[in-house]
Amino acid sequence: MADLAIRTLPLAGAHGGSASVRLEPAQPARRISLRAGAEAVAALSTALGVNLPTEPRTSASNDSRTALWLGPDEWLVIDEGAVDLNDSGTGVANGLINAAAGTGVAHSATDVSHRNTAILVSGPAAADVLNGGCPLDLSLKAFRVGACARTLFGKIEVVLLRTGEQNFRLECWRSFSEYAFGLLRQSAEDL
Amino acid sequence: MTSYRIKGAGRLTPARTARFTFDGKIYTALEGDTVASALLANGVHLMGRSFKYHRPRGILSAGAEEPNALLDVARDAARRQPNVRASVQEVFDGAIIQSQNRWPTLGFDISSINNLLSPFFAAGFYYKTFMWPREAWAKLYEPIIRRAAGLGVAPKEEDPDHYANRFAHCDVLVAGAGAAGLTAALSAAETGASVILVDERAEVGGALLFDTSVTINGQSGYDWAQGVLVKLAAMPNVRVLTRTTVFGYYNHNFIGLVERVTDHMPRPDKLLPRERLWQVRAKKVVLATGAIERHMVFANNDRPGILLASAARMYLNHYGVAVGSRIGVYTAHDSAYEAAIDLKKAGVEIAAIVDCRAKPGDAVVSAARNLGIEVLTGYSVIDTAGRLRISSMTVARNSSTNHRKIAVDALLMSGGWTPSVHLFSQSRGKLKFDAENQRFLPNIYAENSISVGACNGTDDLNALLTEASAAGGGSVSVSGDSAFTWTGGMIGAAEGAGKDTTVKAFVDFQHDVTAKDIRLAVREGMHSIEHIKRFTTNGMASDQGKLSNMHGLAIAAEVLGKEIPQVGLTTFRAPYTPVTYGTLIAHSRGDLFDPARKTPLHAELTKAGAEFEDVGNWKRAWYFPRRGEDMHAAVNRECRTAREVAGIFDASTLGKIEVVGPDAAKFLNLMYTNAWDNLKPGKCRYGIMTREDGFVYDDGVVGRLAEDRFHVTTTTGGAPRVLHHMEDYLHTEFPDLKVWLTSTTEQWAVIAVQGPKAREIIEPLVEGLDLSSEAFPHMSVAECTVMGVPARLFRVSFTGEVGYEVNVPADYGASVWKAIWERGEALGACLYGTETMHVLRAEKGYIIVGQDTDGTVTPDDAGYGWAVSKKKTDFVGIRGLKRPDLMRSGRKQLVGLLTADPLEVLEEGGQIVADPNEPKPMTMLGHVTSAYWSENLGRSIAIALVADGRARMGQTVYIPMKDKTIAATVSDMVFFDKEGGRIHG
Repeated sequence: MADLAIRTLPLAGAHGGSASVRLEPAQPARRISLRAGAEAVAALSTALGVNLPTEPRTSASNDSRTALWLGPDEWLVIDEGAVDLNDSGTGVANGLINAAAGTGVAHSATDVSHRNTAILVSGPAAADVLNGGCPLDLSLKAFRVGACARTLFGKIEVVLLRTGEQNFRLECWRSFSEYAFGLLRQSAEDL
Repeated sequence: MTSYRIKGAGRLTPARTARFTFDGKIYTALEGDTVASALLANGVHLMGRSFKYHRPRGILSAGAEEPNALLDVARDAARRQPNVRASVQEVFDGAIIQSQNRWPTLGFDISSINNLLSPFFAAGFYYKTFMWPREAWAKLYEPIIRRAAGLGVAPKEEDPDHYANRFAHCDVLVAGAGAAGLTAALSAAETGASVILVDERAEVGGALLFDTSVTINGQSGYDWAQGVLVKLAAMPNVRVLTRTTVFGYYNHNFIGLVERVTDHMPRPDKLLPRERLWQVRAKKVVLATGAIERHMVFANNDRPGILLASAARMYLNHYGVAVGSRIGVYTAHDSAYEAAIDLKKAGVEIAAIVDCRAKPGDAVVSAARNLGIEVLTGYSVIDTAGRLRISSMTVARNSSTNHRKIAVDALLMSGGWTPSVHLFSQSRGKLKFDAENQRFLPNIYAENSISVGACNGTDDLNALLTEASAAGGGSVSVSGDSAFTWTGGMIGAAEGAGKDTTVKAFVDFQHDVTAKDIRLAVREGMHSIEHIKRFTTNGMASDQGKLSNMHGLAIAAEVLGKEIPQVGLTTFRAPYTPVTYGTLIAHSRGDLFDPARKTPLHAELTKAGAEFEDVGNWKRAWYFPRRGEDMHAAVNRECRTAREVAGIFDASTLGKIEVVGPDAAKFLNLMYTNAWDNLKPGKCRYGIMTREDGFVYDDGVVGRLAEDRFHVTTTTGGAPRVLHHMEDYLHTEFPDLKVWLTSTTEQWAVIAVQGPKAREIIEPLVEGLDLSSEAFPHMSVAECTVMGVPARLFRVSFTGEVGYEVNVPADYGASVWKAIWERGEALGACLYGTETMHVLRAEKGYIIVGQDTDGTVTPDDAGYGWAVSKKKTDFVGIRGLKRPDLMRSGRKQLVGLLTADPLEVLEEGGQIVADPNEPKPMTMLGHVTSAYWSENLGRSIAIALVADGRARMGQTVYIPMKDKTIAATVSDMVFFDKEGGRIHG
C-alpha cells in the first residue's frame, strides 16, 4: 500500500493584521455547493440538519454547519466540524453529499471543500479593512451578523459571511487566496 | 530679509517652525503654512513662469482654484510631484520646492522671449502653423511642442509611496465644511443619519477662515466652526475628512474623494498611504462648495503681487501674512473693501481702492474712508508696471484719458463671486443664469442632492444657515451676523482690458488666454462656446477654468451681441482638481495589480526548476530546463522522454464544470455538437461546443460519472466563459431543465501522466481499480482512491500516448505529485510543461481552440466534422451550421504543413499563398496557426488554415516572409503514429 497523501493548505503560514484587525487562514472545512429548486428546500434542510435560508443575503447555522444563501437556487454549505482524511474528499466519502442524495429530490450537491479556502477577519477595524476592497455597505445596520453575500474584493469574487459584530469569514477560490490575503494585509496596514 | 508676518495676526503658532528650500534657497515657515503663505511671509511673490509666454507669475489665490503658482514639491528624487498648487500644499520640514517652466532661473528665463513674440502666438496658432507639411507633424512639430508644453516634469523613478482605497456608504455626504456645510452636517447627524463631511483644506471653516467679520451663535465664525467640528467628531455616526477633495460626482450618488494623508507630514510613517481614494455611495449629497472670487480682466493683470482680495484676506487673517506693504485694490464688488479694511487695521498701507462701479455699497465705502483709505469710485485700473513684481498701477476715471500712476507692491482684485457649481454640474444638474448677479446657479437636479449656501447663490448669512440646517434633514438652532451685506460683481473684460489687439488682459492665467484671444476667436468664426474654448484653450488647463470660464463666456457674449445664456456654458467634468494616478490605481500595483493564480502544485514545480508562463491569470509551468539547457534543448528532451518513457504534467488549470441533475445528459446534448445520452457512466467523450453561429467555441473531454453527473473539462482560458455560456442558455433557453452547473476547476489538482510507462508509474498508488487496458481502456473515468485520498482517474490522452489524468482534492495535489514524480523519475520519466504539451499534441494533430481556431472555424473546417451529431434535432449552433456560407466549398480548413526544408520552422501567423510570384496584393489562402520543431520526427511540423485545404493534399504552398519565401507541402494533420495504436498501449 502506498503512503497516504498529506494536505498542504493554500495559505499555510500566511499572517497579517494590525492592532485593530486580525487576519488568519481558516481551518480546512467540508463544503458543498448546493443547487435545488424551491420544492426541494424542506427535504434538503431536514437531511442536512440546517434550514436552508430563502431570503437574500442571509445564512443559517446549526452546530458546526452553516448554509449561505447565494442565489434563488444556490447555497454554499460549510461544515467546520473536525475534518478527517477520508471525510474531506469527494463522492461517497462526503457526508453532506450523501445526506442530500438520500432525499431523492432533484438537486445538485458538489464537493467544493478544496476549491474554496477561507480567511477570518476579526477585530474592531474588520469592516473597514474589508471595505478596502469590497464595495458593500458593511455597517451592522446593512450587513448584520449572519449576513452573507457573493461580492467583489478588489479584482476577485468572494463570498463574505459576517459571523460576529467584528468577525467576518471571507471565502474565495484557492488560487485567489494569496491575492485576497495580500489585499487584506495591505488594507489593514493602510487604516 | 523682511518678514511680512504680522505680529498677532493669524492663527499659526510662531514657535513651531519648519524649514524648506525654494529654488535652492532656505526659508523658514510656520507649521500650518501653505507653501504660498510661507513664501509670501518671506516676501516672495514670484513663483513661476506662465505656460505660453513665460511671463513671471505670482500667487493669485489661497485655494484650489490657483492657476499660477504651480510648483514642484519633493521629499527626495522619487517622491517628487510637479504642478502642485502652492496655495494648497502645506509646508513640511525638509520640503524641496522648485519653480517650473523656466530656464536657467525663475528671475531670468530665456523663453520669456515668447512674450515679445506673442503676436505670432495668437489663439489658434498651433492649428494654423503646424498644418504643413504633413510629414513634419510627427517628426518635428509634435516633439518640439511636447517638449515646450506642460509645466512640470514627472519623476522617472518608481513611486515609492503607496496608496489606499476605501469603499464607504452614508446617508448624507456633505461636500464643503464652511458655515453651510458644517450646519448641514450637524443637522443631519443629530437625526441619527450616518454623515460624511468632507473639506479640501486642513481646517474646517471655509470662508470663515478669512472672513473675520462673521459671528455665529455669538462666537467668531472660526471658533464656532471649530466647536461644531469637536461636536461632530465625537458622534459615532459622523466621519469628518479634512485635506480631502470631492473630485467626482458620478451616477446614483457615487462620489469620488481623495484624502491627502501624508503630504503635509515632515516624516510620515512608512506604513501610511500617501493618499486614500474613497468611493462613497451616499443616499443624499449636500453640496456646500461655496464660491470662488473672480479676478478682474485688465491690461497686465498677471504680474506677481496681483492677487484676489479674498486671498489677501486669508493670508492675513489665517496665516498672519501681509501680501505687501503698500497695497492697491481694484474691485467691482464690496467684499474687496473688507480685505482693505482688515489690512489697514493690521497696519498695512492701502494705496487706494479703485472701484469700477459708480455706486458701491455705502457701508463699506464709509468704513474704508473712515480708516483713511482713498476710495476712487467709477475708476478703473488700466495698466500695471513692474518686471518681476508689480511696482505701480495706472488708474483713470472711467471714460477719461487722464491717467494717474500709483506706486504699489501688491494689488488686490475682486470681480465678485462665482458659485462653485462644478459638482452639481458633474451630477448632470441643469444650471440657470442669474442675470442680476451675473452667475449660474443650480436649477434642475439629476440626483438626490441639494446645494446650500454660496454655491446656491444664498448670500445672506442667516438665510444660508437656515437653508443648510433644513438640507441636513434636522433643525439646528443657528444664527449669525456679518459686518456687511455684499453687493455687486461683474463678469467680462473690465475697463482697461483694451479693445485693441496688443493689450494682454488675462482671462485664463494658466493657459495664457487673454481677452483679445477670445475676441479673435469670435472674429474667426467660432460662435459656440465649445469652439471658442477649444480654439483658445480657455478653461482647458488643469484648473479647468475655475477663474476663467465666466469671463471668457461674457467676453464672447459681448462680441457676439448675445445674452450669456444663449452662448452657453461648457460642462464641468471630473476631477474637480487633479488627482494623482497613484490614487486612482490605489492598491493595484505589484503583487496586487492582478491576481497571480497558482496551482496546488506550484511550489513543487518551482522546486523542480520550472520556468513559468502566464496563461490568463494562471502561472503555468512552461518547461523544466536542466543544467545547461536552453528552452529548445529542454523541450526536445521532454518531448522525446514523454514518448519513450513517460512525461508528468500539471494539468490543474484545466477548466472543470460539474453538470448534475436528472436532465444533465439532455442539457449537454444541447450545448455540445456531439450526442451524450448514449455515453455510459464510466466513459469519456471528446466534445465540441459551437456558438449559435456554428463556430467552434470550446472543446474538452467529458466524463460521465453517473446517470445524472458529468465531469466536463474545458480549455484553461475558456473555463469562466464556457460556464457563463452554459448558464446563459440554461437560464434563457432551457429553464425547464433540471440540471445545475458548478465550477470545480479548483477543487481538483490534476496530474497528467502520459507515455508508455504511465501505467507502471501510477499503478501502485491507485487502489480499488483495475488499470489494465481491458478493464480501464482509453476514454474511461472512475472514482477510486489514490494514496488514501478519494480521486477521479481519467484514462485520456492529449499526447497520443497511453495517458492518465489523476484528479485529487487540491490540498493533496502536492503530496500525490511528489509520489508520482518519485516513481516516474526512478523509471526515467520527465516533467514537462506547456511548451512540450503543445508540441506533443501538434504531432498528433490535436487542435487547441483559440490557437488553431479563431472564432470563424466550424467543426468541419477543423477536421472534426465527425463530432457533429447527424441525428440530433437541436443543439446550440445547429442552425448556424446550415448557413450557406458555412456549408459552401472552398472554406478554410485546418491541414498540416511540411516545409520543404525540414529544418525550417514556420512562423505562427505566417500568410500562405499559392503563387509566390503573384504581384501584390497577393491572394492569401490562409495562415499558419501552429508551428514547432518536432524532435520525435526530426523535422518541423505546422498546422495551418488553408482555403480548400483538404483538397490541396500534397500540393506546394508558399509562405512569403520578410527576407525569404518558404515552400511547404500540404499534408494530413496527424504527423506522428498515424495509425493511433500507441494510445491504447
